Amino acid sequence: MKYIDEYRDKELVKKLVDQIKKRSTKQISLMEVCGGHTMAIQKFGIPSLLPENIRLISGPGCPVCVSSNSFIDQAIAYSRLDDVIITTYGDLIRVPGSTSSLDKEKAKGADVRIVYSILDALTIAKKNLGKKVVFLGIGFETTAPSSAAGILKAQMAGLRNFYLLSSHKIMSPAMEALIDEGVKIDGYIAPGHVSTITGSGIYKNIAEKFGLGVVISGFEPVDLLKSILMLVNQMENNNPKVEIAYTRAVKPEGNLKAQQMMKEVFELADDWWRGLGVLPKSGLKINKKYKMFAAEEMIPVEVEPIREDKGCICGEILKGLKNPKDCKLFDKACTPANPVGACMVSHEGACNAYYRYNK
Amino acid sequence: MCLSIPAKVEKIDGDMAVVSVGGAKYNASLQMIDDIKLGDYILMHTGFAIQKLSPEDAEESLKIFEEFEELNRQLDKEEKKTGERIV
Ligand code: SF4
Repeated sequence: MKYIDEYRDKELVKKLVDQIKKRSTKQISLMEVCGGHTMAIQKFGIPSLLPENIRLISGPGCPVCVSSNSFIDQAIAYSRLDDVIITTYGDLIRVPGSTSSLDKEKAKGADVRIVYSILDALTIAKKNLGKKVVFLGIGFETTAPSSAAGILKAQMAGLRNFYLLSSHKIMSPAMEALIDEGVKIDGYIAPGHVSTITGSGIYKNIAEKFGLGVVISGFEPVDLLKSILMLVNQMENNNPKVEIAYTRAVKPEGNLKAQQMMKEVFELADDWWRGLGVLPKSGLKINKKYKMFAAEEMIPVEVEPIREDKGCICGEILKGLKNPKDCKLFDKACTPANPVGACMVSHEGACNAYYRYNK
Repeated sequence: MCLSIPAKVEKIDGDMAVVSVGGAKYNASLQMIDDIKLGDYILMHTGFAIQKLSPEDAEESLKIFEEFEELNRQLDKEEKKTGERIV
C-alpha cells in the first residue's frame, strides 16, 4: 500500500540500522510518548535492532491509560440512566472503572454503542431524539479536533440531545512534567499524529529550556529508525533541537483549520494524569459558548467514590520509571482478556503491547 | 484510536469523501482540510481527514539516508586520517 510499503522496506531498514550503529557512541535513553509508537516499536521489534547503548522507554501517550478512573466512573453512571445512550470508541469499553466497566453495564442492559467516529454518534442522536446521546471524548490533539468538529456539526444541525464528556488532553505539558520530575531521558520520539495537528512549535520549550532532542516520527519501521538516527545525530553533535522526520504528514505550522476548531469549542483546564497527577492547563474542557453540549454541565449524575486498583503500577510505567515486566500482576492476574489496569486494556498501552509482542 | 491511516480519495461529496484503504472503503469528513482532489492521499483519523499527505515530502524523506551516508563516509575518512572520530 502506498505510504506504507515503502516504509517497511527491508533494505532501507538494514541501512538505517547500520548507520545508527556506526554513528552512536553515547549511552542514551529515548522516550516514545505516543501509544501508537509503543505499539509499532514492539510490533516491529525495533529494540532488538538497536545497539545496546540505545534504550527506548515508553511514556504517557496512551490516552486511555492516563485518563482517570473518575472519567470511566462518570461514563458508567450515565450508562445507568434510562434516557441515555453512551457512544464511545471501542478502546474504552473494557477499561475497568472503580467497580465496573462499560462492557459490564452493557451486559446488564445499558445502551452502550461503539462508534468509529463522532459523526456516527451524531447520526445516533438524530435517530433517537427522545434520548440523550453522550459521546465519550478521549484522546490528545489528534482526536480532540474531531470532537470539536462534531460539536460544531451538532450545533449547525440544531441537535439538542447530543453531549460530549471530554477527557481530551494535550501532550506537551506531560512531556515537560516528566523532565521536571527527573525522569532520565536524552530525547523524545515525538508523536506524529498529534504533531500533524499542532505542528512542531509545541516542543520548542523541551529543546530550548530543557535541552532535550525532539524528533517527530511516523509509525513505520523506516520512520522510527530514521527518527532514532536523527536523535543519535543530535546527541553525538550535542545539538538538541526540534526536527520533523515525518515530513509527509507534519508541517511545522500543523493543521491550522483543526487548531481553529479546537480553539472555538474548548478551553484549557487543569487535568489529572495517571502517574503524573494534576498538570496545569493540560486538559480540554468545553467552553462557555458550547456549554449546552457539555455532558457534565447538562446531565447531573451521582458518581460512585473512586477506588484505584491495588498492585497496578501503570502510573510508574507511564512515567517511564518501570517496565510492564516489573509488575507482579503482568501475565498473571492481568492479561488482555482480564485486564486489571488501563495499560493492559488499550492496544496502545505499554502492558498490552508487551503482552502481545514481547512476552 | 490514536492511529491514523493513509487513504486514497475516491469520491467527494460536499465536505464528505469516500476513501479507500487497501481496497476497503470508508467515509471521511473533509471539514479539517482544504483543496482535496480525487486521487489525493489523506491521513484519516476517526472518520476525519486530518492532513493531506505530500508525495514530494514522502520521496524526500526516503532520500534523506543518502545524506546521512555521505556524512558517515566523511567521518570515516577523517577517522582514518586522524585516528580518532571527532563526533
Ligand atoms: S500489567 Fe496490569 S496491573 Fe500490571 S501495570 Fe500493567 S495494567 Fe497494571
